[in-house]
Amino acid sequence: MSKKQYNNSFKLKIPALSRNESFARSAVAAFAAQLDPTVEELSDLRSAVSEAVTNCIVHAYADTIGEIEITARLYDGGIYIKVRDKGCGIEDIKQAMTPLFTTSQYGESAGLGFSVMESFTDRLKVSSTPGRGTTVIMEKKLGKK
Amino acid sequence: MKLTITHGDKYLCAAIGGDIDHHTASEIRIRLDGEIERSMPSMLILELSGVEFCDSSGIGLILGRQRLMESLGGGLAVKNPSPPVRKLLMLAGLTRLIINDDRKGAK
Repeated sequence: MSKKQYNNSFKLKIPALSRNESFARSAVAAFAAQLDPTVEELSDLRSAVSEAVTNCIVHAYADTIGEIEITARLYDGGIYIKVRDKGCGIEDIKQAMTPLFTTSQYGESAGLGFSVMESFTDRLKVSSTPGRGTTVIMEKKLGKK
Repeated sequence: MKLTITHGDKYLCAAIGGDIDHHTASEIRIRLDGEIERSMPSMLILELSGVEFCDSSGIGLILGRQRLMESLGGGLAVKNPSPPVRKLLMLAGLTRLIINDDRKGAK
């Protein structure tokens, strides 16, 4: 992948509160609107960001309210998004990313969070250290007719 | 998020509007489950044309209600899913839940 020239960026730090899910995805979508994306592209972007942030709230900080850091950068024709937490981390990333896999004990998680991120963006990279936290990087092409 | 519940002959129709995410799904779940337990319908219809945003929490909500309805001997159907909901249902392999779908078979 060629080195991208970023021409705009923002960083957002929010507490891992479920009421911030809507704010986080709306902030990224509002920022991405500069690239004149289609309605579907923006909808997909909102979903992918929502999944990443929800994972931080539900899994990374299951018993605490830690900090979620969202970095977004625009380049010509797309957006780079990094969602980082300093929560519990993921022991087995491959298993966590398996469609329908869930650690939810109450049967209300579809186990599709990473599937949505993967399907609705053009690139997904997940890195994690148990006990230290998880970083999710996504890239999505936007506004290319 | 808006939730409007109407009762019919043995069915319950829940029209959901606005955003369905992890935050709003829990509120919808509590209200819906309370209504299901009170009226014990044989069919729960989720009318989702007014859903502006949906992520996998919405799919979890649908699957959870489907399990609840089946445990009561009933069933669940999705009516008029908005484009974001439809896309999620396709990803989850759940388009069979859609009833009266003009776009059945459409990609």
